Amino acid sequence: MFTEKTAAIETQCYHCGDDLPSNPYAIDDRQFCCLGCQGVYRILSENNLCSYYAYNDVPGQTQKQPAAHFEYLDEPSILADLVDYMDERNTVITLYIPAIHCSSCIWLLENLYKINPAIRESRIDFLKKTVKITFKNQDISLRKVVETLVSIGYEPLISSQDLVKKQQSDRSERNLVPKIAVAGFCFGNVMLFSFPDYFGLSQLENEFRTFFGWLNIAFCIPVTFYSGRDYFISAYTNLKNRVLNLDFPLALGIAVMFIRTLAEIITDTGAGFADTLCGLVFFLLIGKWMQQRTYHHLSFERDYRSYFPVAVTMIKENKTKPLPLSELKQGDRILIRNNEIIPADAILLKGEAEIDFSFVTGEAIPVNKTLGEIVYAGGRQLGSAIELEVIKPVSQSYLTSLWNNETFFSEKDRIKTFSDTTSRYFSIVLLLIAGGSGTYWMFAADTAKAVASFTAVLIIACPCALALSSPFTLAAVLSIFDRNKFYLKSTAVVEELARIDTFVFDKTGTITNPEVAGIAFKGNITVAQKQLVNDLAVNSGHPLSRELVKLLNIKKCFSVDDYGEKIGRGISGRINGNEVKLGSSAFIGLPLINSPMSSAVHVMTNGEYLGYFLFEQQWRKGFKDLIFKLGKWADLHLVSGDQDHDKKALIPFFPTAQQMLFQQTPQHKLDYIRSLQNKGKKIMMLGDGLNDAGALRQSNVGVAVTDNINNFSPDCDAILDGASFHKLPLFIRQAKDAVTVIHASFAISLTYNTLGLYFAVQGMLSPLIAAVLMPVSTVTIILFTSIATRLYARKNKLL
Amino acid sequence: MNMIYFLIGCSILLALIFLAAFFWASKTGQHDDTYTPAVRILFEDEMQPENQTKSDEDQF
Repeated sequence: MFTEKTAAIETQCYHCGDDLPSNPYAIDDRQFCCLGCQGVYRILSENNLCSYYAYNDVPGQTQKQPAAHFEYLDEPSILADLVDYMDERNTVITLYIPAIHCSSCIWLLENLYKINPAIRESRIDFLKKTVKITFKNQDISLRKVVETLVSIGYEPLISSQDLVKKQQSDRSERNLVPKIAVAGFCFGNVMLFSFPDYFGLSQLENEFRTFFGWLNIAFCIPVTFYSGRDYFISAYTNLKNRVLNLDFPLALGIAVMFIRTLAEIITDTGAGFADTLCGLVFFLLIGKWMQQRTYHHLSFERDYRSYFPVAVTMIKENKTKPLPLSELKQGDRILIRNNEIIPADAILLKGEAEIDFSFVTGEAIPVNKTLGEIVYAGGRQLGSAIELEVIKPVSQSYLTSLWNNETFFSEKDRIKTFSDTTSRYFSIVLLLIAGGSGTYWMFAADTAKAVASFTAVLIIACPCALALSSPFTLAAVLSIFDRNKFYLKSTAVVEELARIDTFVFDKTGTITNPEVAGIAFKGNITVAQKQLVNDLAVNSGHPLSRELVKLLNIKKCFSVDDYGEKIGRGISGRINGNEVKLGSSAFIGLPLINSPMSSAVHVMTNGEYLGYFLFEQQWRKGFKDLIFKLGKWADLHLVSGDQDHDKKALIPFFPTAQQMLFQQTPQHKLDYIRSLQNKGKKIMMLGDGLNDAGALRQSNVGVAVTDNINNFSPDCDAILDGASFHKLPLFIRQAKDAVTVIHASFAISLTYNTLGLYFAVQGMLSPLIAAVLMPVSTVTIILFTSIATRLYARKNKLL
Repeated sequence: MNMIYFLIGCSILLALIFLAAFFWASKTGQHDDTYTPAVRILFEDEMQPENQTKSDEDQF
């Protein structure tokens, strides 16, 4: 057991767990995969922080990625926008650190003060992956704090959206919790004081009746006017807009109960409905809370700003200077380093641009740009540093101008839920019955009974169970989806999901898996030659080289002499006496051959051309099956920003070639969705990149597909983890079943209402009946909806 | 039986104190993060360097 463990560790980096290279870096008998990991270990061991490695095996993140630049954090104007709080001595800042993933991370980041005593305190919120740092701003600058974090492998992600302002916490939910607390508190106490009356007080104890009554009134006041206030406001505004929703009968019921309780106790004619009233408001608020509960750690409302950096390096009079993105003007010269994002449309002035536009256009292959060409905003530079001249301000650029589209300003149409439609009829019928029974007793010349029956109808038919059936069913569905890595923005999305009849897919990153690409070699290559290719490619940081190494999956055995890399073109070197060259056809020195559209890496050894490696996109797991299942009942479309080189491979999946569109701009995608909607289709759009943002927003349900839910995903209604992509038909099935459950539970609660109405119209509703009926119907609904939803989920294999 | 008035007063007062405590907790953000404190409490305050070398020796 023990030997096994050491054996396993010896082949792994002590810090991050990656496989060790043939000559690993080592200190203190520990072995590391790269200089970065070793550096982190050295800092930790110097500061006596090695317990970091005690809580978890290999807790670190690989440090192979180059570190970013943080000069801009010294700019006071940027600084002021980022910090939570600042005075002469202390600064408080909350930073988002995507690398936080285990208890070791918590331990290390909360012990930052041991590395630098100027950091007074650091607190982690694990689920949100944020750290709140308090530091002495006289002794340490923010830039230094951030660089300390980077040096131990926890690089914070600082984006422009942080400036716009920190995700505002959900106000309405915060308001709801104290209201529930008050209602629950009063409900408990009122029940205590109502019980003696239900059991019957003897003559001797009769004096308590009035005392308990007055206490009940005292408890009803905060419940009605504080906890239940929203129902009155909502009913009033809806009436003003000539809409009858479920809040109207609820508000009416609450009001009638309060007035009748007051009247009965003051005139000493009865016990009133105090406990029914408190219980009703308490359960209603819980239902509301369930409905509003969302994921704190997921953000559904991100735009391009959370993808863009905070500042950019400007070149002025041969000096570089960080500039806040908002101050970037037309004509400014900017410097974009390796792996940085181009923030505005610009002309290339200097350097070799090799730009990855996959996130913007969906184009999978990095694009080479020549001097003087326009480079659109949103691309990521893969080669060495380049200089650009800005031609359009950030907000007017090709990509970002999408957000000026009206779709982003108008609120998305509120999803029409089942309870909205039924509640209108419910309210009308309720008023008719109440009025009818009132007039009947009026004619029978029994005014007391007329009032009693009129109010009793309003009380007993108060649609508490009805109001709870939707939230509880939908909340149960949400938690089932959650377990299957499908995260919905709100409960209303479930009902919309059940109505979907058309699916529109994006290609790159959505139906193809960015992590896994297939590889094929065209030409002849021996195993020994593959070994040479691998050993050469290991040295390069270029995405294609890394991909190649991953796919070849051979252990490195030779070292490279005379290694040379021409950024964006190719790599060369001498391995075991063989000259090896890898790269584009121009780099190898071939005449421009008709290479296929997908990215190809050509291979040459000792002056002999062997052929090329061809990368092919791989469909996500279960894609074919998914298309086959959905195609049976739904319409399928594809809109891609990419070139149409995958068209042939995709034709079998989609009904007609007209439903597959390539080379679509973000605006085209949005318009396409809109034109489908005008034909009366209910659309689910599946996308992943910024270029899909408009289409996601326009569609009925916009789903962002991502492989890491904490990564950037555009504004959407739901986030789907790539691993659960193949479960999509099951999710739709489950949503439809949930609607069935809601219908059934409506029927159940209507049965309870009818039962109560039987007593109510006769004017013989006693508080006891109301007090029993209300909780019983509520509990039935809660049990029924949660159990039925779970049973359906089991049937759909989601549990 | 007049004792009941006093007892009810006590019980309501006690319940009000709990309600106030809940409000205070929720206002000071104690319900904001319900995960991290559960992990934090498991950390040792300080791992003694002597102890660590000792346990290392024990292992070999």
